[in-house]
Amino acid sequence: MMPKNTSSRVGALITLGTVVVGLVGCSSGSPLSSSGNGASAPSGTITVGSAGFAESEIIAQVYAHALAINNIEVSKRLTIGQRDVYLAALKDGSIDLIPEYSGNLLQYYNANSTAKSGPDVMAALKNVVPSGFEVLDQAPAEDKDSYNVTAEFSAAYGVRSLADLASLTIPVTVGANPEFAQRPYGIPGLKGTYGVSNVVLAPVSDSGGPLTVKALREGSVQMADIFTTSPAIHDNNFVTLADPQNLIIAQNVVPLINSAKASSKVKAVLNAVSAALTTEDLVALNGKNQGDEKIESGILAKEWLAQKHLF
Amino acid sequence: MSEILLALGWIANPVNWVGVAGIPNRVGEHLSYSSVTVLIAAVIAMPLGVVLGHTRRGKFWVVPVAGALRALPTLGLVTLLALLLGIGIVPPLIALIVLAIPPVLAGAYSGIESVDRHTVDAARSLGMTEWQVLTRVELPLGLPLVIGGVRSAALQVIATWTIAAILPVGGLGRYIFDGLPVQNYAEMLAGSMLVIVLALVADGVFALVQKGVIPRGVVARQSASSSDGGTRRRLHAD
Amino acid sequence: MNWVWTNFGLIWELTLDHVVLSAPPIIAGLILSLPFGWLANRFRLSRGILLGIAGLLYAIPSLPFLVAVPTLLGTKILNPVNLVVALTVYAVALMVRTTADGFASVEPDVTKSATAIGYSRWWRFWSVELPLAGPVLLAGLRVVSVSTVSLVTIGSIVGVNTLGYFFLNGLQRNFPTEIVVGIVATVLVALVFDAVLVLAGRVLMPWTAVERAPRRGAASIMGSS
Repeated sequence: MMPKNTSSRVGALITLGTVVVGLVGCSSGSPLSSSGNGASAPSGTITVGSAGFAESEIIAQVYAHALAINNIEVSKRLTIGQRDVYLAALKDGSIDLIPEYSGNLLQYYNANSTAKSGPDVMAALKNVVPSGFEVLDQAPAEDKDSYNVTAEFSAAYGVRSLADLASLTIPVTVGANPEFAQRPYGIPGLKGTYGVSNVVLAPVSDSGGPLTVKALREGSVQMADIFTTSPAIHDNNFVTLADPQNLIIAQNVVPLINSAKASSKVKAVLNAVSAALTTEDLVALNGKNQGDEKIESGILAKEWLAQKHLF
Repeated sequence: MSEILLALGWIANPVNWVGVAGIPNRVGEHLSYSSVTVLIAAVIAMPLGVVLGHTRRGKFWVVPVAGALRALPTLGLVTLLALLLGIGIVPPLIALIVLAIPPVLAGAYSGIESVDRHTVDAARSLGMTEWQVLTRVELPLGLPLVIGGVRSAALQVIATWTIAAILPVGGLGRYIFDGLPVQNYAEMLAGSMLVIVLALVADGVFALVQKGVIPRGVVARQSASSSDGGTRRRLHAD
Repeated sequence: MNWVWTNFGLIWELTLDHVVLSAPPIIAGLILSLPFGWLANRFRLSRGILLGIAGLLYAIPSLPFLVAVPTLLGTKILNPVNLVVALTVYAVALMVRTTADGFASVEPDVTKSATAIGYSRWWRFWSVELPLAGPVLLAGLRVVSVSTVSLVTIGSIVGVNTLGYFFLNGLQRNFPTEIVVGIVATVLVALVFDAVLVLAGRVLMPWTAVERAPRRGAASIMGSS
């Protein structure tokens, strides 16, 4: 009816659309897209993933920065979730590399494995990793799941080891991630290895984080699964229960990588990183990341690499 | 498709009907969390919305404030309040009440405000007090929209209590957060289907209530008029 | 707030990721809802069916839907397309009702006059019905925009990079400040989107600004409240 108005409206719409598309195009093409959600990164790029807890993210950042310093293209996908989820992502190619823990990974692929010590676990692990993937050298650094109680509980019930739990007459609730109900080192392991049957899981999805710690401190749960390198154990005077039967086997940090992306250069870089990573390092890094300083994982990774004079 | 069959199989499995993690208990938890949330949100937001709608005040800030509250991401609120207030049901409850307030407020406000001014003026000229105008004219006419606000809130609340299961609370969200780390799709899909059914049932109940509270005179007039207007039609009393 | 400056790179990165994920569902939601909304308004039967389906889709809780999408579409687990698809479905479900109401609010007399002058149905839709339904559509789109930006944060639970990362990371590290930064950033993105929509509305529907003025004047003359 009034062509002038219509065409000016259409013109405005096109301009607006172009601006929006331009902004969107700008953002995905920016150098920041090294952390972008690119559905498939260009081949040759290594996508580093991390699990849903802080330490995994720190180590993943260390890997990512180490590779980047050596001029290898890297992209990151952080806080993917727990093992079942990120292994599925590894399998379908969404990620290529993820920091893992030797013992838990071994038990994931073979729940009946009898390997307990560091070297045994690594040997067994190398055999069960699916073809197309491999584990590189392990680090001396170790971080285990551990059962913890408050100092008061330990004193009151004389509980210092997992073996003491079977003789407890009170019902015990353990705070841990939901998958704890099925993991070999979790509820089934307590039953099978130590004969503890009166344990119930209270699922807290923070991987031994502040909510789990709070629950243990306040008595909503009597035990909690907290990682050994977490500052919370020391800060709260928790008692880590001894594990004489090695229910929880060696847990050395080890990179799990898609073989297609594991060039000799990549392997060299990651092995150098692993050789330098100690348990004390993990404790210190966690302290800075989750303690009062609250330093971001990326910054910590760069600091650690500089401090170790790697590359 | 096969996953849906697995999920149905999971629901049919009698093992999943027993105990704390059983379907009846989780449904019960989810329902009670949701009802308490909507109730408290209604107690806070309905009187406020009704008064504002009646006095025609707040026209310029009710909508933006409701919109701003709607912009707060629930996951953020839930995690923040959990850190500040500890574990338990209170932190997620507060987060979800904040989520439920905007639709209830908007519904209450627009319900009262949409009543035709002429009708209200007529009531006043008859000598009705403000309170009588509110309770005998505006509220009955505006009730469907007011209930519509509560209905919209209920739907959102039922859907969003699933997110709260990132914390150690019960409800149908547990099936999702417990199934996710072990990739148990049957459990996760079953949980989602149950939430959907619950939401649809609640929605249906509210729809019936909404129809039921329309005053008789209004219904007669609507069926007399031929056009099928949208929900934006003004409500006239006969 | 020192933390904000130190980590500004990360905050900006995730904000851009968040924006890129939020925009497509909103735009697609509007475009896809047009045919459905128009159909819903046209026939009584289709209105019931379409609004019913929309209600059903909207009732699907976000997280489970997000988890189910890779199985339904056969996409990779971490693919952000999963999130965009899920959010588009919600956007369409929300917008269909608004679009139907919008078209319903167009005075039948106007459309009849247009037909009488000789407008074809197609041309009438684009130059009469759609512009007149515009304000209602815009209001609905603003609601969809806010809820989409907020929902994108859920993507972080399944490994998609969004501002929701700050919630999960802050929870893990007992760091409320980080969570607050995430909330504020999300709200700011929602505000920017809203401003863009309002601006687009003013540009595309200039008559709505003119409409408001005389009504106020007339009302004061007639002395009504």
